Amino acid sequence: MPFSWLVLIIFAIAAAGYVLGRKRALNSASGDSRNLHSLPSYYGAHAAMWAIVPATAVLLVWMLAQPFFVNARVLASLPDTVVTEGSSIGLVMSDIRRVADGLDEAVLQGAMTRAEAASLDTDTTDVRDVLGSVGVALGSAVNADVLSGAQLYRALNGTATTLMSWLVVLIALGGAAYGYSKSHADFRARNTVERGILALLIFAASIAILTTIGILFALLFNTIEFFKLYPARDFFFGTNWAPSFSGRGGASDLGVLPLLWGTFYISLIALLVAVPIGLFSAIYLSEYAGPRVRGIAKPLIEILAGIPTIVYGLFALLTVGPLLVSMFGKDTLGWMQGGTAVITAGLVMGIMLIPFVSSLSDDIINAVPQSLRDGSYGLGATQSETIRQVILPAALPGIVGAILLAASRAIGETMIVVLGAGAAARLSMNPFDAMTTITAKIVSQLTGDADFASPEALVAFALGMTLFVLTLGLNIFALYIVRKYREQYD
Amino acid sequence: MTDASMSPESVAPKSGLATIDARTRKRNAAEKRFRLYGMAAIGVGLLFLVFLFSSILRSGLPAFTQTVLDIEFVLTSEQFDTAESKMMKTGEYQNIFVAALQEQLEASGLEVAFDAKAIERIVGKPGGTIRSFFLENPDRIGTPVSFELAASSRVDGYLNGRVTRDTIVDSRFLMTTDLDLVDALRDAGIIHGAFTWNFITGTDSGVDNPGGAGLGASVIGSFFMMLVVLFLSLPIGVAASIYLEEFAPKNRWTDLIEVNISNLAAVPSIVFGILGLAVFIQFAGMPQSAPLVGGLVLTLMTLPTIIISTRASLAAVPPSIRDAALGVGASKMQSVFHHVLPLAMPGILTGTIIGLAQALGETAPLLLIGMVGFVAREYPEGFISGFTDANSAMPAQIYTWASRADPGFYEKAWGGIIILLLFLITMNAIAVVLRRRFERRW
Repeated sequence: MPFSWLVLIIFAIAAAGYVLGRKRALNSASGDSRNLHSLPSYYGAHAAMWAIVPATAVLLVWMLAQPFFVNARVLASLPDTVVTEGSSIGLVMSDIRRVADGLDEAVLQGAMTRAEAASLDTDTTDVRDVLGSVGVALGSAVNADVLSGAQLYRALNGTATTLMSWLVVLIALGGAAYGYSKSHADFRARNTVERGILALLIFAASIAILTTIGILFALLFNTIEFFKLYPARDFFFGTNWAPSFSGRGGASDLGVLPLLWGTFYISLIALLVAVPIGLFSAIYLSEYAGPRVRGIAKPLIEILAGIPTIVYGLFALLTVGPLLVSMFGKDTLGWMQGGTAVITAGLVMGIMLIPFVSSLSDDIINAVPQSLRDGSYGLGATQSETIRQVILPAALPGIVGAILLAASRAIGETMIVVLGAGAAARLSMNPFDAMTTITAKIVSQLTGDADFASPEALVAFALGMTLFVLTLGLNIFALYIVRKYREQYD
Repeated sequence: MTDASMSPESVAPKSGLATIDARTRKRNAAEKRFRLYGMAAIGVGLLFLVFLFSSILRSGLPAFTQTVLDIEFVLTSEQFDTAESKMMKTGEYQNIFVAALQEQLEASGLEVAFDAKAIERIVGKPGGTIRSFFLENPDRIGTPVSFELAASSRVDGYLNGRVTRDTIVDSRFLMTTDLDLVDALRDAGIIHGAFTWNFITGTDSGVDNPGGAGLGASVIGSFFMMLVVLFLSLPIGVAASIYLEEFAPKNRWTDLIEVNISNLAAVPSIVFGILGLAVFIQFAGMPQSAPLVGGLVLTLMTLPTIIISTRASLAAVPPSIRDAALGVGASKMQSVFHHVLPLAMPGILTGTIIGLAQALGETAPLLLIGMVGFVAREYPEGFISGFTDANSAMPAQIYTWASRADPGFYEKAWGGIIILLLFLITMNAIAVVLRRRFERRW
């Protein structure tokens, strides 16, 4: 029975429970809803809730547990000889899964019957050919162990799914019946239903925590896996980045320092562009500009923040890069070899960060109370003196916080550096050199047909962990500065 | 009374409001300079904006047109019969075509020598197209028929200025001498640019055919992703915000949730891509490159944005509304769902649309879960397979084009950006209109 049917059946049971539960409650109050504790719909919702919630919970748990159970049973059935030289139990299992999927596909397309698929034999048929004819490509010929494993896998999965379907439907029916039996005029249906809704709301709010846990686990486990294959010291202190995809193991140099340097250098240039422009824009907009200029200029500058980063990446690669080469390239000054360079990516990233700095600073400058300005003017200071000597010092913690947040943005930015900064990892001081960053290397190590067990692919998770810790640290530091040094007015 | 004030020399004071001394002049100059810096900063910001948009428009608009060879000629039934009786049928049609082209060029008074090979380099082999047209429409034989044949991408590049006479290298794709013919054809009005739907509705082409590349399939991929994001992030985001804003007690658990949400908003998008790859694809075994997985990743990414804006709109509903509902006997839950939520809805929808627009332009996480451009070769077959079949998304498709070697794809990438920005502008405009029309000030 397909999964979507099961869900539909549960919902049908819930709908029936709703109608019947509501009716029973009304009947128990002899048709007058004023005699009920709650509104009639709450009794219906109570029965529907009992039909859906336990059944869905069982369904989810079962679906999570089934693969582990089936895998363990299939593994136990395999003889020890199945793992040959240069292979691993994981590879054999994925072969088995692929053959099983292929048999499913073959049955679905009518190339063989269910019974044939279950009794297939490697001595009499070439399974690879048969599966190839239905469009399932296998890497190597299927041996008898793998085939029998696949057949067991299919049989177990089939039984388990049937069992699960019946169990879930029964639980849904039982739940609906329980909810129905409770439907009575004296029953406090609304309180129960509202508690259920509250639980749902709490669950939704907890998804944020689940996401963080998911990120941490995904990064942590794979990073540990990486450090088993590659020494942590060489990763953190290595000054050479040269992964090799052809020669596996040992041949790659995976030092993070050149990537960290590229990341910091590009972010630094971006901040050198964004901070002065953003800060002066914010000062002008909040202190000097009239409402008309402010009403036009502020949204226009904020458009820059709404543009997707891929647009900036393309802008760096195809417009800014060639422009810089025509200014500093070998025809004129000879400083720049190609369009992709630290300065290209940094400049474009700076443009992207201008609205980020300016709108955060704008808010902070506006929060400085007017009395401080009036006091300064009253002592005879000019407007610029007031800004420099009164407003900026008062707003400084907030502005530093904004700059730190912008820095964290710059470090985590991906598309601009992937397209604009180049691919070569190097430790150099020259801003016209091509360099690369942590984010760019995560993309290049994880796209394409990477083998997830190799250190060359796993290093991306270690890089991700580094990036996560860096940006998180910057954010927390920014919050700390803002909280600690904030001036309290009123 | 002192002597000094009486002395006649001190009639003109050394300094005063009327005369400006050196120090005041300096201060005023500093004031003026400071003001100028501010204006310059805004000017530079706006200049960048203008520069960005002008380069998008200038480089992207050619992607919507394609250079076509527009030619009209009559195929007589004798010619048709002779051609059909030959061994090389399409070759015969090509000869007829070349003859017609020659005739038209002479009619417009241009003398250029060319051969069938040159024609092949410019428009490929037109014989097959012509033959299949007449086989399908035999009634058109003997009447004037006009053909619009797509020119090769190199001719396209020459007319768009991407390839010039100086940079061209003789190859079997295009010879320098062909350019004379192209110039002549353009002067005769036979070659011209025409708007093409293929770019908007087509699918990604191979790496050597930039002319045939289209964005259509990846627009569909983006659409299915946005459906997932909308139908997951809106209910979850609203539910989470209602809990945090209306019900949550002040304790460690809610503090933890709040800190988490603000931190998640600042996590780089690529980290969400890693999460999707490790949890959804490696651990849960979901299909690679599927819009469903992309949508899940983008949902987790946009949730903080939506929660933050939803909480702001819930907080903007005055407490008197809640008190009134409670006063007439509603439960806390009823007051929230029946009164507060509907009043906050315009703000919530505005925040959601802005969150969706952000998700639509996101690229990096999609690359990690395999939604790269070259998988967008065909449209999904049905509604369900739209979620599960391998597809790309607009920004990822643009990235793929930008990283290909043939510069013909760059134009397509810019064109793709125009379409992407059109979507974003529309979504933001809807958000602004919603806010203007329904926002209430209490």
